[in-house]
Amino acid sequence: MNEQRLALTRRAFLRESAFGLGTIALTSMGGSALARVARAGERPMPHLPPKVKRVIFLCMAGGPSQFESFDNKPELTRLEGQPMPDSFTKGQPIAQLQGEKLQCWGPQFPFKKWGESGQEISTLFPNIGGIADKICIVRSMHTDQINHDPAHTVMNTGTSISGRPSMGSWVVYGLGRESEDLPAFVVLTSKGGRNPQPIAQRQWSAGFLPSRYQGVQFFSQGDPVHYVRTPEDVSGDSQRRVVSTVRALDALRAQQVASGELETRIAQYEMAFRMQTSVPDLVDFSDEPQHVLDMYGTTGNDGTFAANCLLARRLAERGVRFIHLYHRGWDHHNDLAKFMTVCSGLTDQPSAALVRDLEQRGMLDETLIIWSGEFGRTPMVQTNKGGPGRDHHMRAFSLWLAGGGIRGGLTYGATDELGYNAVENPVHVHDLHATMLHQLGLDHERLTFRYRGRDFRLTDVAGEVLEDILV
Amino acid sequence: MMLRSILFALAGSAFLPVSEEDAIHFSRDIKPILSDKCFACHGPDRGAAENDLRLDVRELALEAAIVPGDPENSELIYRITSPDRFERMPPTWSKKPALTEDEIDRLRQWVEAGAPYEPHWSYVRPVRPEVPSVEDTTWPRNEIDRFVLARLEEEGLSPSPEADRITLIRRLSFDLLGLPPEPKDVEAFLRDDEPGAYERLVDRLLASPHYGERMAQHWLDLVRYADSAGYHSDPTVSVWPYRDYVIRAFNENKPFDQFTLEQIAGDLLPGSTLEQRVGATYNRLNKTTDEGGAQAGEYLAKSFADRVRTTGSVWMGATLGCVECHAHKFDPYEHRDFYRFGAFFADLEERGVYPNNSRPPFLTLPSEDAQQELARLDEAIESARSSLEENETPEAKSRASELKKRRDMLWKQQPTTLATVSVKPRTIRVLPRGNWLDESGEVVEPGVPSFLPPLDVPEGRRPTRLDLARWLVSPDHPLTARVFVNRLWALFFGKGISARLDDLGSQGEWPKHPALLDWLATELIRSGWNVQHMVRLMVLSQAYRQSSLPRDDLAMADPGNRLLARQTRGRIDAEFVRDVALKVSGLWNPEIGGPSVKPYQPEGYWSFLNFPTRTYRASKGDDQYRRGLYTHWQRTLLHPYLLAFDAPTREECVAERPVSNSPAQALVLLNDPSFYEAAVAFASRLTADPEATDEQRLIEGFRRVTSRRPEAEELALLKELLDTERRAGGDESDRAAWIAVARTLLNLGEAYTRN
Repeated sequence: MNEQRLALTRRAFLRESAFGLGTIALTSMGGSALARVARAGERPMPHLPPKVKRVIFLCMAGGPSQFESFDNKPELTRLEGQPMPDSFTKGQPIAQLQGEKLQCWGPQFPFKKWGESGQEISTLFPNIGGIADKICIVRSMHTDQINHDPAHTVMNTGTSISGRPSMGSWVVYGLGRESEDLPAFVVLTSKGGRNPQPIAQRQWSAGFLPSRYQGVQFFSQGDPVHYVRTPEDVSGDSQRRVVSTVRALDALRAQQVASGELETRIAQYEMAFRMQTSVPDLVDFSDEPQHVLDMYGTTGNDGTFAANCLLARRLAERGVRFIHLYHRGWDHHNDLAKFMTVCSGLTDQPSAALVRDLEQRGMLDETLIIWSGEFGRTPMVQTNKGGPGRDHHMRAFSLWLAGGGIRGGLTYGATDELGYNAVENPVHVHDLHATMLHQLGLDHERLTFRYRGRDFRLTDVAGEVLEDILV
Repeated sequence: MMLRSILFALAGSAFLPVSEEDAIHFSRDIKPILSDKCFACHGPDRGAAENDLRLDVRELALEAAIVPGDPENSELIYRITSPDRFERMPPTWSKKPALTEDEIDRLRQWVEAGAPYEPHWSYVRPVRPEVPSVEDTTWPRNEIDRFVLARLEEEGLSPSPEADRITLIRRLSFDLLGLPPEPKDVEAFLRDDEPGAYERLVDRLLASPHYGERMAQHWLDLVRYADSAGYHSDPTVSVWPYRDYVIRAFNENKPFDQFTLEQIAGDLLPGSTLEQRVGATYNRLNKTTDEGGAQAGEYLAKSFADRVRTTGSVWMGATLGCVECHAHKFDPYEHRDFYRFGAFFADLEERGVYPNNSRPPFLTLPSEDAQQELARLDEAIESARSSLEENETPEAKSRASELKKRRDMLWKQQPTTLATVSVKPRTIRVLPRGNWLDESGEVVEPGVPSFLPPLDVPEGRRPTRLDLARWLVSPDHPLTARVFVNRLWALFFGKGISARLDDLGSQGEWPKHPALLDWLATELIRSGWNVQHMVRLMVLSQAYRQSSLPRDDLAMADPGNRLLARQTRGRIDAEFVRDVALKVSGLWNPEIGGPSVKPYQPEGYWSFLNFPTRTYRASKGDDQYRRGLYTHWQRTLLHPYLLAFDAPTREECVAERPVSNSPAQALVLLNDPSFYEAAVAFASRLTADPEATDEQRLIEGFRRVTSRRPEAEELALLKELLDTERRAGGDESDRAAWIAVARTLLNLGEAYTRN
C-alpha cells in the first residue's frame, strides 16, 4: 500500500505543479449555485477580481482576410503565382478550392508600421492604424471549422454542435445583469460588402441555459426590439393601465395559490414596461453632439456599422454586459480588392472611434473590445468565381483586442512565412474565451452548467488564459 | 475480468428497490459520488489521464484503492480525507468541489460494509416489482398510487387532497390536449354527479383528435423535427407529412414498439406501406447543408454523429455524443460503439452537400382524391396504349401523350417529403478523436454496445436498421421502456421519476421511486407497448388528481416535490401559449395537419437569411389561426414567440425544455400582433350579446381565460379598468375599453399556468 500511495501521490503532485500550483484558493461556486443566485434576482459573485465590466465583440462575419489587414507576408508576394507547397496543404481540409490549383497570392494592399509600437497594419485600415498603440493584435488565431455556420458556432459557443449557450449568455449567467431596464446581452447587425452572411439565431442563443440569458436583437428598421412597441391603436396610458391591472390580478392570484413564480412574472412585466420607454430613448441619437456623430462617421441611427458602434457605446453606458455587433460582408471569395475596400471603408473609422470614444469617457478600462472574424482566408488565390479572392481558412487568422487589462501596442503570435499555419504562440478560440472570461472575473473552468450529466463550459475541456497579452 | 461479464454476473440478482433509508445502497448513495467526483479520471475512459486506477469496476478498484471492510487502510478513503492538498482527491486542478462530510461518511460506511458494487440500475432489465401494501387503503385508486403512498407513509407524509374540479378539468385539458377547456365543458363536468365523471372526461379527451397534437409536440422536440434544413442558408424542407404521421400515431394509439420500428426502419418492413415509409422520414430529420465550399466527407460525418446522438437520446436516454471522440467518461460505452451504432444507418441514401434548396431523395404523397384520379388516368393510359398498338392513328397518339402529360402534371402537384431510401451501405470507420480526415481507424459493422443485450441477428448477415429497431424494443432491453415511461411521467407530473429525462446513465439521477419506474416500464411492455394505457394509468391515479397547492410541511421535507405528496404547477409550453389565446378569443382554426403555417412575424426578422434572400409572408385567412404546433419551424431563426417561451430550435434532441420567466414573454403577450388580434376578437366575442351587462361580460371573459368565476376583488379591478378606459377614450371608447379588458385577461399568468 505504501508504494502504491507514493506513486499516486507523486503523480498528483506533478499534476498539481503543472496545472495549479500557485493558484490561490478561491471560494467555490459551482454552476448550480450560480443559477440559484441568478434566479433569486441577485447578482452572482465573480470568481476573480474583474478587470472589465463588459465586452463589445465586433464580429466581422464572413472571415476578413488577414493578408489585407493584420498579417503581412512579403514571402507570399515573392512567390505569387507559384504553386503553394504541398507540405502545407496536403491532407488539409479545404472549402471552395476543392479540386482547384493552389497558388500563392500576396497581400493586395501595402502594410505600414503605425504608432510608437510600430505595429504592422494594412493601409486599408488607417484609423485602426491610428490606435495601434492601444490594441493588441493576435496573428496566431486558429479554429476547428472551415465553413461559416459551424465556424461562427465555434466562435460563439466553443463547439460546432448546436444547442450550447453562446458566450454572451455564459457571461450573463455568470455575472447577472447590471441594467434594470435593458437586456444584459444585446445583438446588433449591419451589412455591406460581398453578399451578406446568413446568421443563425443560434449565434446568440442561450442553448441549454434558460431563455432569459439569450441575446436580444436590436433592429434598425421597424421596432428596435421585437414587440417593444405598444400596438398602434393602444395609447401609452392604456398600456400602462393594462400592465398595472395585470400586475394587480397576478398578485392576487399569487396570494391565492402561494406562487413565487407569479411574483417573478410581475417583476418581468415591470421590466418589459420599462423597456418600452428605455429602448426608444436608447436608440434616439438626438442627444449626441455633431462631433461625436462625425467621429463615428454616421448621420443617425440608420443600421450602418458606424451607427451600431455608437449604439454599442450607448448600450455600454447603460450597463449592458455583452454587446455583439455583426458586420456581414467579409466573405471575399472573389473581387477581394474591391470588397476589402468596401468593408474596411465601412468598419475602420467606426471601430477606431468606438475605442477612442470609450477612452475619452473613461470607459475603455472597464470594457473589453474584440474585433474578429469566425476564421481567416487562404494564402492561396481563388479565381473560380470571378475576380481574384481568397477561400476560407481555419489554420490561421488575425484579430485584435483593446480595453481593460489588454497590453496595447503588442503583436502576439505569428504564422509561418506563407501565413498558412499559426506557428508561434498559437491561440485557439477556447483560449480567447478563457481570456475574455478571465478579464470579466470569471474562471472559465468553474463557469459551468450541469446538462445531461456533465458540467459544460464555454471552453469545453480546453482553454488557457493568454497571460502574455494582459497588463 | 471483462466489464461485461461482471455486469452480467451481477445482473442475475436484479437490484432491489430500496426503501430503508439508513442502509447504504451502492446505486443510490455511492455510485453518484464516484461518478461525479472520480470517474472523469478513474472511470471507463481508458484514455483519460489517470487511467491506471479505475473505480468503476470493483475488481480494478480493489487492486489499488479499496480494502473491503477496512476503510482506514483503503487508499480511496485516505485520499479523500488527506489534509495534504497534493494528496487530496479530487485534486484542485480538476476544479471539482471537495467531498462533503456526508459523502465521505457514506463512502467510509460502504467500504466498511465490504464495498459491494452492483450494475448500474438502468442497464439491468427491469423486473416487475411487487406492488407495495399501504396502511391507508382508501386513498389508492391504482398501482401507481400504492407505490406513491407507500413511500409517503414511510416518510411520515400525507398526500394532498384531490384538486377541485375546475383545476382538474384544466389540468387534464392542458395535459392531454394542450388546450384550455371550453366553459360549457367545465359546466358539464361540474354538474356531472354520477360516479365515473372523471373517467368519462378522460375518455372524452383521449378520444379527441387534438390529443395526438399534444403528444406530438413533445415527440417532435425529441426527434428534432423542423421545417428547415438548419445549416447556413437554412432552406425549407418538406417534412410535415412526418409530423402528421406522429399525430396520427398517437391518435390511433399505435403501440410504441411499432412506432419505433416504423420511424427507424419503416422502409425496411416487409411490404411497407406508404404510411410506414413516411414514419421512416425520422432518418431524414438531421441538419443538412448546401453551403458552397462545404466538404461532403465532413458533413456526412456530422450527420452520422447527429443521428447517433439523437437516436441514442430518444430511445435509450444515453449521452452517446461523448463517445464520438473517446470512451465515455461515466458509462461503459466504448469509442467504437459510437461508430458501430451509427453503422446501422450507413445504408441511407444521403449526401454530405446537397444541391441548392433541395434535399433528395423524395417521396411523393398523393392525396386520396389524387390517388383515385391517378388510378383513373393510369387505366386510361393503358387502354390508349393498347388501342394505339391496334391502330396507330395520329389522334390515338396525341390522346395517349395528352393523358401521359396530365398524369405527370398531377403527380408533380402532389406533396412530397424527404424519403428514407436504403442503398448499399457505405464503409464506416472509427474516427480517431472524431476527426473525419483521419482514415486510420478500423472499419466497423453495425453493432450494439457490449454491456447491453446482444443483437438477435444470424451469424454472417449484416445487421440492419430494422434489427436495431427490434433490438431497442425487445423486452430484454433495459432502457427503452424506462426512458419512455419516465418522459411520459414528466408530462403529467412535471418531473421524471428519474429527473434527467435525457440521461439515465451513470450521471443521471437514481430514480426517486425506482420500483414504480420499473413497474411502469414492465407494464408498458406487458400491455403490448400501449401508450394510451400508460397515459390512462397516470391520469386516473389519485396521485395525479392531487391539489398542487404548496404545503408548509412539504416545503422542508420535499422541496422539489419528488415524493409527490402534491401535484406540480407550471407554465404551459410555447405552442400552447399561442393556442390559449386563439381558443379563448374564438379565432382558433382546429384543422389538423398539413403544411406548416406562418403566424405574423416582425418585419425584417428574416433579413438574416441568405442564398437566397427570403421574405416572410404571413399565412392568409384561416391558416393564420392554426395551433402553435403548426408554426413554421425555422431552425436558424425560430419565431420570436416560440423563442421567448423557451421552445427549442430543434437542431438537437431536447427531452426537457427549460422554463424561464422573462420580459420578452411579457412583450409578446402585450404587443405581438397575433396576441393583439386575439384580444380584439376576444373583446368582440364578449360584447356580442347586446343584452349582457358589464358584469356578466367581465365574468364571462374571466371564465373563458381561467375556467373559474372571478373573486369580488378581481372583478372590481377589471371593472375599474373598464370604467377608466371608457372615460379616457373618444368615440370608440367602449370598444377600446373592452379591448383593454381582453388584453389584460390574455396577459394573466393564470391563463398559461397548469395547476
